[in-house]
Amino acid sequence: MENHSHEEHGHEHHGNFWTTYIFSEDHKVIAKQFLITGMIWALIGGTLSVIFRLQLGFPNANLSWLKPLLGGWITAEGKIDPEFYLALVTMHGTIMVFFVLTAGLSGTFSNFLIPLQVGARDMASGFMNMLSYWFFFASSCVMFTSLFISTGPAAGGWVIYPPLSALPQAISGSGLGMTLWLVSMALFIISSLLGSINYITTVINLRTVGMSFTKLPLTIWAFFFTAIIGILSFPVLFAAALLLIFDRSFGTSFYLSDIYIGGEALPNEGGSPILFQHLFWFLGHPEVYIVLLPALGITSEIISTNSRKPIFGYKAMVGSMLFIAVLSFVVWAHHMFVTGMNPFLGSIFTLLTLIIAVPSAVKIFNYVTTIWRGNLRFTPAMLFSIGLVSFFLTGGITGLFVGNSAVDIQLHDTYFIVAHFHLVMGAASFFGMVAGVYHWFPKMFGRMMNDKLGYIHFWISFIGIYMVFFPMHYIGIAGFPRRYYTWTNFETFGGFTDLNMVVSVSAIISVGAQFIFLFNFIYSIFRGKLAPANPWQSNTLEWTTPRHPQHGNWPGEIPTVYRWPYDYSKPGAKEDYIPQHIPFSETPESNLPHESELIKLEGMDNTIRVEEKKHH
Amino acid sequence: MENAVDLRLVEEPKKTLAMNPKKFGMWLFLATVMMLFMSITSAYIVRQAEGNWVYFELPPSFYITSFIIVVSSITMHWAYRASKRDDLAKAKLYISITSVLGLAFLVGQFIGWVELVQANVYLVGNPSGSFLYIITGLHALHLISAVVFLLIMLVAVFQGKVSAHNMTKMEMCTTYWHFLGALWLYLFVFLILYR
Repeated sequence: MENHSHEEHGHEHHGNFWTTYIFSEDHKVIAKQFLITGMIWALIGGTLSVIFRLQLGFPNANLSWLKPLLGGWITAEGKIDPEFYLALVTMHGTIMVFFVLTAGLSGTFSNFLIPLQVGARDMASGFMNMLSYWFFFASSCVMFTSLFISTGPAAGGWVIYPPLSALPQAISGSGLGMTLWLVSMALFIISSLLGSINYITTVINLRTVGMSFTKLPLTIWAFFFTAIIGILSFPVLFAAALLLIFDRSFGTSFYLSDIYIGGEALPNEGGSPILFQHLFWFLGHPEVYIVLLPALGITSEIISTNSRKPIFGYKAMVGSMLFIAVLSFVVWAHHMFVTGMNPFLGSIFTLLTLIIAVPSAVKIFNYVTTIWRGNLRFTPAMLFSIGLVSFFLTGGITGLFVGNSAVDIQLHDTYFIVAHFHLVMGAASFFGMVAGVYHWFPKMFGRMMNDKLGYIHFWISFIGIYMVFFPMHYIGIAGFPRRYYTWTNFETFGGFTDLNMVVSVSAIISVGAQFIFLFNFIYSIFRGKLAPANPWQSNTLEWTTPRHPQHGNWPGEIPTVYRWPYDYSKPGAKEDYIPQHIPFSETPESNLPHESELIKLEGMDNTIRVEEKKHH
Repeated sequence: MENAVDLRLVEEPKKTLAMNPKKFGMWLFLATVMMLFMSITSAYIVRQAEGNWVYFELPPSFYITSFIIVVSSITMHWAYRASKRDDLAKAKLYISITSVLGLAFLVGQFIGWVELVQANVYLVGNPSGSFLYIITGLHALHLISAVVFLLIMLVAVFQGKVSAHNMTKMEMCTTYWHFLGALWLYLFVFLILYR
């Protein structure tokens, strides 16, 4: 550890513009690159959702005013082209799940916070970290390009089930658009794996002196588990995609069998489309937690800091995250209850799925008990974190319904599912990401974001998101299927016209509210109030760095860690927070008996470091 | 000297993890490779259970290549031990043999494919054959990367850059080589058992 810091010490980054801001190996710059790319993707993904919500909410409206933007995808009658509608929902899902909530969330905060909070100069391999971003960038470029090709982007749903995604004859988006999708995802998987390898290695190998696993902030635990899940699940998606590529381009029949198009039989024999679903969801379900866990980690940190209370049940929090991570690998078939699965197998997956409610409930309980009787500070970050807990709860409860193999027969592929996963994973993770930006903005850019705009942003988003997804539960229970271009031909659904309109209007307002955030973000980078060293009076190590941490993060030695990160409002202490690097010998007034014992070890620690220095 | 011994004793409890970050990253990479092959072999089992599966004979040359890869693992280990003892002459010899065996394995795998075509097992056709090509092909791709790594180490050994004090890359190369050897044996046994 010490050895490492000596190597790096005094090695400040004095590159030119290109090496400092573009091809940087510094984790903070890479994190910002991920954040800004993720934000651009979020805008694109949000815009796509507004376009298809226009079609769903106002089925008779004339949309020819969108011609300048969408060109030929608006038909002569002023309607969205039905195939393009499918492409819109596909790309919305792909972009939001992978590009915004995986790369944008994990990429930003794992990169930014892991070295700063464990006390490392940088990631284990800066070069690999840089590669991770540039693979993501290349993947983004390919996916972005696919939006503009004449046959349209991939349109088989973000889950790209074959045979729809395998046969260009089936839908025009399964031509070049799907090829680009697969190329882009292959690059994305490489990026994600490079990132995950780095995160795990950094957490395990580069912690500062005294930073034992039990003293890690919960953010780091969350990023750590996320990276492990990523390492184990993304290769499986890669395998699924590889076999699909062979089916599409080289004539194999892994997923294809007995298909007739226009009366003509395809030569493919012996494939199984269900096989793809197994492979896909073996990634797909852990992916849900890749998206969610970082947000939960960020929330734990923010809620504890802004409640001025230690997190309730630190070990239970870590344990429940571990339990969720393990369970995430054995529940994938709950996405496939209606594929003709053996009902006995269905009950097993139902049981395993419902067990996830236990660690999830532990987490919600601990959030609430942390907030309980705390000295709450309602910063925008805190509000968004509370919003996350709310979405996690409402969205999680519907998980009990859809996780039941019998109930799922009615609910499968309806708007009930859409409402469920948008609340529990989409909105919750998005709120976690936004909370993280509000909370760590001062560390990222040395300035504060505007609180008032933050409050407006929060309330519009919070109410707006509920207005979007709450009505969807009713629409879904009625059997309204997702991904349908139009429902006006079905008399049954006529009663939902108004509700659909409410959803669409709320969606437009919620997406619109994000521009407040965008303005706040950009404005504050240049004109925000200068940030104090520790604006939230937080305990973690990142606030011990200078306002603008240079390459290497700490100008001098890396601080030693003596205590866990949640010493807030400790009885007897002078202030209501004691940062992790304050030794127990400096706080005799608030030490517990076993902590006073540790003072002896602190002295020893120092002598060791002195000796070691002599040695090197 | 006594001072140094004392120091090591005191130092012990606060060490986080002894492993070099690069080596650790390597192990994580191996985990991803393992997951890739696990998923494909699982897919193979699932698909096979659904019936309509054409039985195939493994080409004879796969038996030979399996032998080659085991021998190459042994010579690789000798190369590793020789360089750890700073025995450069032997290290050069063994790493050269390993590289030749690695290339021989790849050639053997290719001959195996030729034999498969002669036995009317094609990439395009019943999924059993497609799986066989994908599994062996993916493994060969990884092995090519390992051979490139091996050749880089070969050059390093001949330039005298590998010594008992500079073993990180050599260790990583050895680990990767053993891993891919073991992976092949797993795949080979798997293919024999599930045809």
